[in-house]
Amino acid sequence: MSTQATSHAPAHAGAHDDHHEELGFLRKYIFSTDHKIIGIQYGITSLLFLFFGFGLMMMMRWSIAHPGTPIPLVGHLLEKMLGDTAAKGVMSPDLYNAFGAMHGTIMVFLGIVPLAFAAFGNYVVPLQIGAPDMAFPRINMASYQVYVIGGVVMLVSFFIPGGAAQAGWTSYSPLATAIASNGQTYWLIGMIFLITSSLLGAVNFLATIIQLRAPGMTWMRLPFFVWAQFVTGFLLLLAFPPLEAAGIMQLMDKVAHTSFFLPTGLAVSSLGHISGGGSPLLWQHLFWFLAHPEVYVLILPAMGIVTEILANNARKPIWGYKSLVYSILVLGFMSFIVWAHHMYLTGMGSRISTFFQTTTMIISIPSVIILTCLFLSLWGGSMRFNTPMLFVLAFLPMFGIGGLTGLPLGFNFSDLHLHDTYYVIAHFHYIVAPGTIFALFAGIYYWFPKATGRFMSEFWGKVHFVCSLVFMNAIFQPMFAQGMAGMLRRMGDGGINYAASTTGLANGLSDANIHMNQWVSIAAWCLGLSQIPFIINFFWSINHGKPVTNDNPWDATTLEWQTPTPPPHGNFTKALVVYRGPYEYSVPGAKKDFTPQNEP
Amino acid sequence: MDIPFTVEPRKDTGLFNAKVGIWLFLASEVMLFGALFSTYILLRVGAAPGDWPHGLLNIPLGMLNTIVLIVSSITVVMAWASLKMNNFARFRKFQAVTLMCSIAFLCIKSYEYHDKFTHYEVQLNDGKVLDGHMTESDAEKFEIHGHYVDKAEAAKVTHAWQEREVKEDHYTVKRSDVKYMESYGPWHNTYTAIYFTLTGLHALHVIGGALVIFMLWGPLAGMWKTDPERYTNRIEISGLFWHFVDLVWIFLFPVLYLL
Repeated sequence: MSTQATSHAPAHAGAHDDHHEELGFLRKYIFSTDHKIIGIQYGITSLLFLFFGFGLMMMMRWSIAHPGTPIPLVGHLLEKMLGDTAAKGVMSPDLYNAFGAMHGTIMVFLGIVPLAFAAFGNYVVPLQIGAPDMAFPRINMASYQVYVIGGVVMLVSFFIPGGAAQAGWTSYSPLATAIASNGQTYWLIGMIFLITSSLLGAVNFLATIIQLRAPGMTWMRLPFFVWAQFVTGFLLLLAFPPLEAAGIMQLMDKVAHTSFFLPTGLAVSSLGHISGGGSPLLWQHLFWFLAHPEVYVLILPAMGIVTEILANNARKPIWGYKSLVYSILVLGFMSFIVWAHHMYLTGMGSRISTFFQTTTMIISIPSVIILTCLFLSLWGGSMRFNTPMLFVLAFLPMFGIGGLTGLPLGFNFSDLHLHDTYYVIAHFHYIVAPGTIFALFAGIYYWFPKATGRFMSEFWGKVHFVCSLVFMNAIFQPMFAQGMAGMLRRMGDGGINYAASTTGLANGLSDANIHMNQWVSIAAWCLGLSQIPFIINFFWSINHGKPVTNDNPWDATTLEWQTPTPPPHGNFTKALVVYRGPYEYSVPGAKKDFTPQNEP
Repeated sequence: MDIPFTVEPRKDTGLFNAKVGIWLFLASEVMLFGALFSTYILLRVGAAPGDWPHGLLNIPLGMLNTIVLIVSSITVVMAWASLKMNNFARFRKFQAVTLMCSIAFLCIKSYEYHDKFTHYEVQLNDGKVLDGHMTESDAEKFEIHGHYVDKAEAAKVTHAWQEREVKEDHYTVKRSDVKYMESYGPWHNTYTAIYFTLTGLHALHVIGGALVIFMLWGPLAGMWKTDPERYTNRIEISGLFWHFVDLVWIFLFPVLYLL
């Protein structure tokens, strides 16, 4: 396949165990300090959480489409495990709220962030910068273990009396404090573990990228994926602590009966005597101070993955590498000063709204630059339409739709109408689901051969891609229409009671609008079925996929392909020096159409 | 390949790995405490006149604690400098002082906490409010050393250093006369809430830092013989963290005690 196929193949045989004694199963796979094993641990755990979080949503979609009827297949199981809250297999409103809150929490904090940042970052970043491991391998191991503990706390909360947290993934106070059960307390404790985990991870990634770049790997020779992870690391490092502070204060409200977020005059029987004097807006400010940068934590690693795969499969250098780098730096900085555009409806004041809508419009500029650079990189390429590339090509327009539909939400005046409707759900799911998750799928198909030495099946990969693309759109396109027509989110009955009410503003919700719920639900279940080829393909290919014929099966330029397959502990078999930029594809006059970074 | 720059600094950054790590970690700590300080500002600005207590804490005690922490910061530097000059015995002595300072700080802080938990606001059935420390108590009655609260007078106090006349006395109160009473714990008002949260979190940092310093001072000191350079680096890293903890208190003291 490639000319420089197995240049260091002889070194494979036994060279790596000369100074690493064989480790037992526990040390090698469970308590490992090797960044690649930790990356795979993160990857598999977060994929499980992603599927679990999606499972919650598939059950909720039944309640939305067919409220008050027992959930087929799993209804009785739910009743057995959770008791009265799922009596006769019917989802109660409380259970709907709990599933909704946990769907968001699990997808964001236990699924996508660990997969995009921790799993791909762990596996790929040290390889791409030519480092033997992360800067602090034991802290790396601790960060995974703390993440698992956080996940377990979240899962356990489903089974406590009263069930899991019910106040949404945003956990607005005073609602979150006033709900009498302990679900919210578990949620907060789980979050403190997850925040600690990502803090340890962020410190580790940043120190690794700053300190462990191979000789010659200057900042402007870093693959764009590394830049993306670098900025993401800073976002996690600086944005998460305020949520930790907020979490501690909400925990104090819940456990020590303080009133950080409880205003004077609030009378709720479950709270008893409170001193008051607190501010509900304070929670929202602290929460969104994390959660807006968090949006970029979700998307930046995806952009990095997309850039790598796009350059590799268009066989062309990335157009405007420096613009990409500067854009992502501006994006990272700006993401800290747009948070209150989530709060236009809170009555925080029109001057503050004006400020935040201005910064929000400014932040769209670097996003557009990035997307434009990626589109222009396609121009005149000799495209290879393999599975990773298909996902990447779908990412571009899907992310585009997600981004552009965000503009009406960024303006104060149009957000007043669209706030808290299905339009918002459609908007951010377009960014995160067919956006980020597609990029993550692409990354899995792309780096799978490096980790296992085998390809995943191309045919089933394409089946997975086509079905996912169709059903993703079938789910989220109708939601734009529903949202603009006024359907609000977080209604467990899909809006039937709301539409039937004869008072107030509910008259606009037509039958057609309600009926659309059923089609959306069917699409959601089909999307679930479409993941089966992926799951089988993933596990089957580990041992039975088509084996790679050399260490660089995609003919790529970046350093992770200059290692043995799979890379041994310590990664590189010989010291390497970097001589050139990351995307030297189809250089005129070169012998072959790619020149690896370490080729003099 | 082994991980480079664990001991010697990298040429272009001039730092070894752990030093980059600790500075990044401290940056995130700044954001953590920064969020809590912002909370303090927001709650205080939003409090109605008279709702934000002033002069609730013992300023000389707070001052003493500030001095204790500053001394410990000096000895941490001296300890590190001693290692740099190859004098391990002197390092041991200085770091012992640091550890004693951390214990002294925590003792004084616990005494202050205890003082708040015995400080009560008692709303009586006749509408009067009694404020002071509980000195004796049994099943039927208890004794408060304090004063009756005058709301209008209290609202005039806007700064801790303001002169005010309060006549303290012993009052015996029958439990049947009490409408509602609570101590000045975190639940009492937003000031005590942020006071306990900030100082509690800070105290956890003191405990964490002191544990690390103790581990390096005692059980892990053997590293000085096997890998002195790396050991000295570890002392420097733990010292940086200790300075940060000290610095947080330097902000906490005026904000909570003096203003």
